[in-house]
Amino acid sequence: MNSRERILGRVRRALADVPADETPLSRDYLREHGRRSAAQTVDLLAENLADYRALVHRCTDGELADLIMRLLAERGSRTVLVPPGLPPYWLKASDVTQVHDRAASTAHELDRVDSVVTGCAVAIAETGTLVLDGSPDQGRRRITLVPDHHICVVRVPGQVVSSVPQGLERLDPARPLTWISGPSATSDIELDRVEGVHGPRTLEVILVGED
Amino acid sequence: MSGTYLGMPAFPEAAREAVGNATLRGNLRHATHTIRAKRAKAVSEVSDWAELREAGKRIKDHTLRHLDRYLVQLEESVTAAGGVVHWAADADEANEIVTRLVKMTGEPEAVKVKSMATQEIGLNEALEAEGIRAYETDLAELIVQLGKDRPSHILVPAIHRNRGEIRDIFTREMSEWGRPAPEGLTDTPAELAETARLHLREKFLRARVGISGANFMVAETGTLVVVESEGNGRMCLTLPETLISVVGIEKIVPTWQDLEVFLQTLPRSSTAERMNPYTSTWTGTTDEDGPQNFHLVLLDNGRTDTLADEVGRQALRCIRCSACLNVCPVYERAGGHAYGSVYPGPIGAILSPQLRGTGSEIDASLPYASSLCGACYEVCPVAIDIPEVLVHLRERVVQGGEVTRAGNKVVLRPAKGHAAERAAMRAARWAFLHPGALRTGQRAASRTRRFHPRTLPGPGRAWSGTRELPPVPAEPFRDWWQRTRGGKDGDR
Ligand code: SF4
Repeated sequence: MNSRERILGRVRRALADVPADETPLSRDYLREHGRRSAAQTVDLLAENLADYRALVHRCTDGELADLIMRLLAERGSRTVLVPPGLPPYWLKASDVTQVHDRAASTAHELDRVDSVVTGCAVAIAETGTLVLDGSPDQGRRRITLVPDHHICVVRVPGQVVSSVPQGLERLDPARPLTWISGPSATSDIELDRVEGVHGPRTLEVILVGED
Repeated sequence: MSGTYLGMPAFPEAAREAVGNATLRGNLRHATHTIRAKRAKAVSEVSDWAELREAGKRIKDHTLRHLDRYLVQLEESVTAAGGVVHWAADADEANEIVTRLVKMTGEPEAVKVKSMATQEIGLNEALEAEGIRAYETDLAELIVQLGKDRPSHILVPAIHRNRGEIRDIFTREMSEWGRPAPEGLTDTPAELAETARLHLREKFLRARVGISGANFMVAETGTLVVVESEGNGRMCLTLPETLISVVGIEKIVPTWQDLEVFLQTLPRSSTAERMNPYTSTWTGTTDEDGPQNFHLVLLDNGRTDTLADEVGRQALRCIRCSACLNVCPVYERAGGHAYGSVYPGPIGAILSPQLRGTGSEIDASLPYASSLCGACYEVCPVAIDIPEVLVHLRERVVQGGEVTRAGNKVVLRPAKGHAAERAAMRAARWAFLHPGALRTGQRAASRTRRFHPRTLPGPGRAWSGTRELPPVPAEPFRDWWQRTRGGKDGDR
């Protein structure tokens, strides 16, 4: 008997006392906490992102390129990683060298890049969370991990939901997902929170409204 | 479970020693009280906590009650998504599988995400014996590994170490493993974290094999979930070419939607955050993104035996948030090492004796490592009635009875010469040294009330007696009871 059969057999014997029929699970918890307008939901997102030490900026679509240029310049970035489907106009004002996200590039190569700019799949206001799903404007998972500076652009209010249940609904489990709530952090030394261990130590979020 | 902790003294002896260690107690007290206060605040932010907790409990119970079905479904969906599923009945088999998989890659080393399951089976030691070096990459696990130490907390395994000790460990040991600590390293947490960042980065960037556990596995979709803070998890889950995840069979949830419950309750219960900084999910492999080879090792190692116990099986609902450790007056004084297992605190006191059986002195003494104050049940996000299981296991230890070991029914003999009872007396005596111990338990009154009228038969009756024997220094238990809850109903 192989271990698969052995384990399944043990499970079935262990559950001999369990009746076959079950009452269906009731989900009487909330779909979202509190009622908010779309604008209030975006405000809550901004507040919770900032509470976890993300740097939050707001602008209109027309101002986006200039804002990204300014953020890269303030950081002194000379190179920026670009996912394949990033709208080209986002970086049209920046004169930093663009490094394209290629499957063949090594982790060491990525480690030499200063910044990365991506979009996101959905943002969750109640928890201050950005979710990336590997779509063309977000690229491979590692590009938002290895560089030390991540600029993430969120279209508001379209890409914002209130709660974790609403966020999950919008996501495709078949894609690899990365949920990001603030920059990398640790509390392992006497529970003092320190930002930045292995992931990007600086997370900047741009909330882009309509013009 | 592995032999890592064999030869440990029984809980009361280990605890007595720990209670005498002032540094350890100071570190623990600071840490548990800090998390405790923060957690209460994080929980109070969600108005439907009670409903989320009930749903979490129900989902897990339902899964456990149909575990055979969900295991098969999970296997199908992981396979369909490009993963390879392996089944391991015990620690040795799991270690053999992982060792074989790493050897197939030809790599002499692997990077590891913090994982209770791999600690439980002693994977690092097993790999080392085969010439493979496994690097722990969680900061706390790194501190533990470099310090040739053992973890003492589920969430913050190096909670027993303060910054000065950590600085000394880094300065002394890092050069043995890779990039040394810089000259003149101070003990500020930021500098220590930076040192760890640089030390580990060289390992991440060259890693070809990653080893992880998982917080959840979704049967419906074959998705695995890892919840973390530092980004070391993301490094290990996405940079290597091969990813091997060792996961206990109880970690299944049936559907994608079920995650909405646990992704709300887990972060708030464990680190007291609205959401942990990083959560990664992956479903098999994705072309050109992340590992191209994914292996899932499904681990039994005593879990099916635990499942066979109608009262004790609820311990398998545990999502390892560690909230129960932080509120436990016994853990706070004794520290994680006293429990002699990778699962310390209240959950360890009920999980270890079930996974490993109560054959050894330490395992027989664990059900007594508690004041039954009920605080652990109160905070548990999946409502595991830890006091109920403790009492059940105490009866088992003193009375013997039928249990399942390695899938077979065996009859346990009563503990010899009531050794366990003596252990109980000793455990109780020191646990009640401090008058605050009982008061700390939020549900103290209602919990004990529930157990009060219950007279245990046989030797168990003697145990009931011990509940009142140890004097609470400031005020006798009965007076305290009268003053605080006498005549009133509990909070149930
Ligand atoms: S028993 Fe409950 S409180 Fe303790 S670690 Fe497990 S889930 Fe958390």
